[in-house]
Amino acid sequence: MTRFFDERGMLLQRQGRIGFYVPSFGQEAIQIGTANALKAGDWVFPSYREPGVFISRGASLFKMLCNLWGNRSDVCKGRQMPNHYSFADLKLFSVSSPISTQVIQAVGASLASKLRKEKDIAITYFGDGGTSENDFHTGLTFAGAMKTPTVFICTNNQFAISVPTSKQTGAARMADKAIGYGMPGIAVDGNDVLAVYKATQEAVDRARNGEGPTLIECVTFRMGPHSSSDDPTRYRDQALYEAWLKRDPIQRFRQYLESKKLWDQKQQDILEKELKATLADAVEKAEAEPAPSIETLFEDVYSEMTPQLLEQKAALEMEQELRGKFENTSEAFPL
Amino acid sequence: MANLTLVQAVRDALMTEMALDPTIVLMGEDVGLNGGVFRATEGLQKEFGEERVMDTPLAESGIIGLALGMALNGMRPVPEIQFMDFIYPAFDQIVSEVAKLRYRSGGDFKCPMVIRTPYGGGIKGGHYHSQSTEAYFAHTAGLKVVIPSNPYDTKGLLIAAMRDEDPVLFMEPKRLYRSLKGEVPEEAYTVEIGKAQVVRPGSDVTLIAWGAMVPVCLKAAELCEPRGADCEVIDLRTLVPLDEETILESVRKTGRVVIVHEAQKTCGFGAEISALISEKAILSLEAPIIRVAGLDTPFPYTLEHIYLPDPERVALAVGKVKNF
Ligand SMILES: Cc1ncc(C[n+]2csc(CCOP(=O)(O)OP(=O)(O)O)c2C)c(N)n1
Repeated sequence: MTRFFDERGMLLQRQGRIGFYVPSFGQEAIQIGTANALKAGDWVFPSYREPGVFISRGASLFKMLCNLWGNRSDVCKGRQMPNHYSFADLKLFSVSSPISTQVIQAVGASLASKLRKEKDIAITYFGDGGTSENDFHTGLTFAGAMKTPTVFICTNNQFAISVPTSKQTGAARMADKAIGYGMPGIAVDGNDVLAVYKATQEAVDRARNGEGPTLIECVTFRMGPHSSSDDPTRYRDQALYEAWLKRDPIQRFRQYLESKKLWDQKQQDILEKELKATLADAVEKAEAEPAPSIETLFEDVYSEMTPQLLEQKAALEMEQELRGKFENTSEAFPL
Repeated sequence: MANLTLVQAVRDALMTEMALDPTIVLMGEDVGLNGGVFRATEGLQKEFGEERVMDTPLAESGIIGLALGMALNGMRPVPEIQFMDFIYPAFDQIVSEVAKLRYRSGGDFKCPMVIRTPYGGGIKGGHYHSQSTEAYFAHTAGLKVVIPSNPYDTKGLLIAAMRDEDPVLFMEPKRLYRSLKGEVPEEAYTVEIGKAQVVRPGSDVTLIAWGAMVPVCLKAAELCEPRGADCEVIDLRTLVPLDEETILESVRKTGRVVIVHEAQKTCGFGAEISALISEKAILSLEAPIIRVAGLDTPFPYTLEHIYLPDPERVALAVGKVKNF
């Protein structure tokens, strides 16, 4: 479903039906492998490139699509760019654009569970580029020092937009960084869903048993563009890309299942048809939703509107009466 | 003369000045091979090599701290922060270090650098790709804040910034990056930092703006013409140091002022200008000063066209001060 969702997201953007999309092509095994090693009570702090984690945790496709349109039924009320989901009921933390801010926050959430003697752990996701930001370093420093039940998933897809991992760090492996923070660091084949699952399972068990945090580096390759605004042919080696295409994690898992006689073409056809129909249905419903109302601009800034906000809201309503419709002059721009 | 967009003028300024001053180095995320996510540094790495146009690790505090170290050791760094919304990891380095180095060392050290960063809304960037937070930086002594609104000024101001002895925050209105073109001389030239420009003379109401709000005010002035108000539009171009004289001179003439900015209203730079006018020209005022600004909310995605000041909203404010 994650692959179909991404394909659909990119298509919707190309057709001009949504403004922007961030696909996760090639990174599906990491999302599915890690998410399935978690319990419902565990906290998840994702980046913007983990739609599969949301889907695996049972997030509503309709709601996710509403976020792509930023419409009235979008959980975040059309305030964030597409791919910035939030599902508090599923303990899926609101996605932020600034890189790696979630890393230390996950440590805080897991510390709270630990202080309350609950068994829930926290898992957080970030990219290879994300390991350079301060919040990555403080996150791992605090987790190591406080022995929090946190699992750090570094999706090393070899690029931070155009910058290759070789320019991001002098370390041979991102997993090697763990030693400096006093925790185990493991590198796994990020295109092997079972390997990712097993490594995460072990780290989750350690965390749950009070043995502290783990850093897992999942080595993969970003098979798509950074986002719908990016042109990877400007900086990506074509031969390398083609070599990685052959390691498509979905194809790999399918071949494995077929070799064990657990799966066949017929089952695949039925499943694909079913998934596509579910998705198409959700797309149709989400696209039909209207934009958020003007009042929503003023909601949730504080728990209650301040006098200034009330005044600005009243002024805007008056202006609307004077003007009728507001002209939309924004132009989507390559980001 | 070449007919360039604003982002091409940025590139042209960098290209021109780097050829003249070998101590200039560019650094930032994706500025090298990729030429910047907005292509402001397109082809510069090819022209000047990887040592003068560097892709850095993804860490803004690192980029600015690195630039400070290089600046005090004989280089002229021009770091890029990919979006102004992502400048905050570097806030400490900028506010506590870069801006204060000269003062705290009694002039013993200096760190001239130009921090380039695209800012502002109107491009469907949502929460974190749209903000316009010049006020945080204008509130920081030791830092100059420059914001061009057209290709000619962009090149001239950027070259002036690269020749300045003080650190400059150079905010580029990304909404205007490709939406307008202008004549730009091929050679190096400067536009003086700290000088505003009257971009449209008028006699009834003074509109004060900077960056992407300048074209909005010019359009508003056109709307106001048939409605009976002749607007003067001032493009500040530099917030720090502020060109008080150009503002006050206009206010003395019109007696009516509308200040327009994208940033949220409370504690926006408009408040500073309004205070300045009431301190130094209150007797010239015929009507209250009105600020047309962003809402006191974070920046939205879907409804950004309602959040942002537009020509009609500015024209309504002009009507109010005119008919006060
Ligand atoms: C603090 C901050 N700086 C810069 C950016 C702009 N930016 C968005 S994604 C990105 C690259 C991220 O790379 P990585 O962490 O490897 O994750 P990936 O995108 O490959 O999943 C950059 C530089 C940002 N979002 N936040």
